[in-house]
Amino acid sequence: MTFINYASREINCKIVYYGPGLCGKTTNLQFIYDSTAPQAKGKLISLATEADRTLFFDFMPLELGTVRGFKTRFHLYTVPGQVFYEASRKLILKGVDGVVFVADSQEERMDANIESLYNLEENLRTYGYELSKLPYVLQLNKRDLPNVIPYQELTGELQRKGEPVIEAVASTGSGVFDTLKAVAKQVLTELRKS
Amino acid sequence: MANSSIVLRESRYHHIKAMLARLRLDSSARLVVLVDKDGQQIAVHGELGDLDTTSLASLAAGNVAATGGMAKLIGENEFPTLSHEGEKESIHICVIGRVLLLVVFDDRSSLGLVKLRSKQISHEIAKTFAEIEEESTATAGALPFAGITDDEIDSLFSPA
Repeated sequence: MTFINYASREINCKIVYYGPGLCGKTTNLQFIYDSTAPQAKGKLISLATEADRTLFFDFMPLELGTVRGFKTRFHLYTVPGQVFYEASRKLILKGVDGVVFVADSQEERMDANIESLYNLEENLRTYGYELSKLPYVLQLNKRDLPNVIPYQELTGELQRKGEPVIEAVASTGSGVFDTLKAVAKQVLTELRKS
Repeated sequence: MANSSIVLRESRYHHIKAMLARLRLDSSARLVVLVDKDGQQIAVHGELGDLDTTSLASLAAGNVAATGGMAKLIGENEFPTLSHEGEKESIHICVIGRVLLLVVFDDRSSLGLVKLRSKQISHEIAKTFAEIEEESTATAGALPFAGITDDEIDSLFSPA
């Protein structure tokens, strides 16, 4: 749900990174945080377990620039990927303006990707959203690993509606900003339609 | 999208700021923040210091969402108020429709006073937000972004 403040001349949008456990959602945010100038970002908040797994969410505000005299602020969130955090994962999707699905390209994580994508569609529906109508990007992460599924096969399984598909290695930053740009553009384009 | 955007006009913003200022004074609070349930900070008034209110807003929304989830598990719709008492600083959160009223206070005030004053002003905030939501729906097509071009969007992502 976009929030437009005429007094402070700001547009605030919410983007959620979704995907199975250990797919690299937090790594995406961490790279964005590490690579962004201090004046364009706020703090990176991580509600994580002692073993550094996301417990509730990660959050960082990011300012992209000004359009039509309004500052564009994106609030980036991740969800906890582990299956048993279903209740909290669902909460983060409330009011979302755009979603990035981070898929783990490794062969042995294919079932986890499919389960998580199905779970995303289900959870969006409980808020009255349809994935088909929401700004959405599919990121194929960990493309540097030896046991990855070929691009065509992975896309064939996971692409839902002709959304942009970005190959990434979040740990090195490859594809991370391309993914963010792809989803942010769709969110702003959606504003034009609203 | 399921939820429409909130559009906050300047006059409304100043009215909200005035309400927050009144609450802060009446409750002897350090800081009052109005937050959307999705975690967006709407307005803030008080002693900010170097407090990161953006993070505070996001965490407050997460907090309310989590306790709301617990409420549903035990058959309640939601918990309308939440309080966290610290050694020196405390927080009281009041759920008012789709917004959260967050009051940060110290030993210059008390939880009882903050609760009372928050409750007293909550009807006015609820009424104001109902009007803002109506305005947001009515003026959606007239927003400056309705005519935004692809070039303008692309310019955000071009290196300066």
